[in-house]
Amino acid sequence: MSDAHTPPIKVGLFVTCLADMFRPEVAFATVKLLEQAGCSVDVPDTQTCCGQPAFNSGDNQTSRDIARQTIKAFDGYRYVVGPSGSCIGMLHHYPELFTEDDPWKARAEDLKARAFEITSFLVDELGFSGIQSRFNGRITYHDSCSGLRELGIKQQPRQLLAEIDGVEMHEMQEAETCCGFGGTFCVKYPDISNRMVSNKTEFAADSGAETLVGGDLGCLLNMAGKLKREGREIDVRHVVELLADMTDNAAIGEADYDLGKAI
Amino acid sequence: MQIKSPEFKQSARIALQDENLQKALGNLKAGFPGKRAAAVARMPEFEELRDQARDLKNHILEHLDLYLEEFEARVVENGGQVHWCRTSEDARKTILQICREQDAKTVTKGKSMVTEEINLNEYLEENGVRPVETDLGEYILQLRGDHPSHIIAPAIHLNLEDVSEAFHEHHKRPKSDDPAELMAEAREMLRKQFVAADVGITGANFLVAETGSTIIVTNEGNGDLTQTLPKTHIVVSSIEKVVPTLEDMSLFLRLLARSATGQEYSVYNTLSSGNRRPDDQDGPENFHVVLVDNGRSDMVGTQFQEMLRCIRCSACMNHCPVYGSVGGHSYGWVYPGPMGSVLTPQMIGIEKAGLLPNASTFCGKCEEVCPVRIPLPKLMRHWREKEFEKHLSPKAVRWGLGGWAFFAKRPGLYRLMSASASRFMRLLGGKKGKVSSLPMAAGWTDHRDMPVPTGKTFMQQWKARQKQESK
Ligand code: SF4
Repeated sequence: MSDAHTPPIKVGLFVTCLADMFRPEVAFATVKLLEQAGCSVDVPDTQTCCGQPAFNSGDNQTSRDIARQTIKAFDGYRYVVGPSGSCIGMLHHYPELFTEDDPWKARAEDLKARAFEITSFLVDELGFSGIQSRFNGRITYHDSCSGLRELGIKQQPRQLLAEIDGVEMHEMQEAETCCGFGGTFCVKYPDISNRMVSNKTEFAADSGAETLVGGDLGCLLNMAGKLKREGREIDVRHVVELLADMTDNAAIGEADYDLGKAI
Repeated sequence: MQIKSPEFKQSARIALQDENLQKALGNLKAGFPGKRAAAVARMPEFEELRDQARDLKNHILEHLDLYLEEFEARVVENGGQVHWCRTSEDARKTILQICREQDAKTVTKGKSMVTEEINLNEYLEENGVRPVETDLGEYILQLRGDHPSHIIAPAIHLNLEDVSEAFHEHHKRPKSDDPAELMAEAREMLRKQFVAADVGITGANFLVAETGSTIIVTNEGNGDLTQTLPKTHIVVSSIEKVVPTLEDMSLFLRLLARSATGQEYSVYNTLSSGNRRPDDQDGPENFHVVLVDNGRSDMVGTQFQEMLRCIRCSACMNHCPVYGSVGGHSYGWVYPGPMGSVLTPQMIGIEKAGLLPNASTFCGKCEEVCPVRIPLPKLMRHWREKEFEKHLSPKAVRWGLGGWAFFAKRPGLYRLMSASASRFMRLLGGKKGKVSSLPMAAGWTDHRDMPVPTGKTFMQQWKARQKQESK
């Protein structure tokens, strides 16, 4: 998208804790997509978590501290982009944490205006349609709640996935119903969470898809964990892995190499 | 009604294993949401009406006192009486007093959640007045000594067999499992009660300030018989149900039926405006309105005020995946589902109801369907704030959070922590890419495997890559 005349768009990558720890490929795929779309990507190393665990536990003091830290970390970037509707959704909550007379309020609003989930950034903000990827198979898409309802992410990932050679979309029933992850919910209310994720894996299996795709690692780890436990042969992948043509590695919860040695 | 909200987790576990209940919840999920969606699709201006309804409710709540006083003045002009009750106890006593004045032995009752809230039935029985529920669902529950598990479909947790069993036992008739026959049987039993009743008690969906009218919305017509046959009609209503005009009421009616059952309108929309006038064909000689506050005026002006917009349509619970998994009784008090998780802590205290606003993934489906756009997840989160401020959250949670926060606020240490946690999990995972048992995350691994990290953290790998590139 960029050429010698247009300077690259400066993007700060919001890595997200789960991508950082559980699936670095997701962050690398995000970087690759951003670069394909003409952005130059930095990873500010003063970022940590978006603060959602504190926010959703009612600990506003900690949420505020983390919000300030994140705002500072991403000062000076035209955009802040991350591979999660849930974490970016949290960045959008920051203004609620500050009172009108607090100078941090305006800074939080400013961050909110610059913060995007990756698929919505590519489609809504850049109008990008240069996906270069091949993926043979039937896929189904789970709409993660925060992305869907807080950020309006629904057709963006589907539009981008449709550009991939070989992909066949099989929508599942209740694609918009929560998978039961809910951050700490899944450990605080394990039985209810289990019922919700079981409904989900059943719908995913009924769709006839070979790969379940989504935009939030929390939900994906939850659904992959359940599918593995149930012994169902459905792969689970983050949408950016397909979009960036990075599907050679094992799917979530699978391993094709000795992880113990990959240390 | 006994408060069982502190046992939410145990009740939920039992509910999840109750096959009959799960079957019934399956019917609910297959019914209401689809019907609502179809009704909304038939009405292009639906979203706009939701905005109007939200704004109008906000306006009403700003002037609640004025509209309630206007309502009272009109009721009195129409020959009726209004009783202001601050607490449940005030309301119960007032209602009993009216029944005593009429020397009432039997009262018929239309469906009313507020009478559940104030525990009316038990109180009347203790005091020698026999309440008879006339809504079919409520009638079945009363026979079984049961309570509503849903605000508009009170017996949704029961299946046909349960009903058939209850009727056989109490009506002493041959057992039937034909819904039409059962309906006819209930009708026959209830007719006698309608005629015998000295007092009829109904709730109200709305109170209309400009005319002093109350309205009930039903699909069975039982409410009409409840309020027109006896000499005395008592309307029990919470204070936030007042609307300025009949025109305003019709805005809410259009949203209510569609959000609730997917109907354009409910079958019976019945207005009551005071005592029977000389040339009226029927109607009560005595018309009373009991206005129940019970903590609501304390919500005005607080971060929970928005909850008072609720028109009790039940859409939030019909669409809630948690309610759909555990049913209404698990919530352990009168109001279940997302609306209950906000209201119950207000009414019985966050100390007892703390598990309810926590039992949400914040998926946001409830807010998506609420006709008056109540931000239910945000309000549940406000209760979590109260809990946190009052140090009510479990110690393990507070300590875990505190420890995590310590690192999350120190990026360098956070890096080290994630790197070593990642390494530790990879060692556990070995060649498999997942672990099936992790004692510190048993809630997770009891039900599912835990995928393990696929390599060093992104931050480690990114740094290495940057170094490589700068060489
Ligand atoms: S909170 Fe909203 S959706 Fe739930 S019952 Fe009240 S009005 Fe209906």
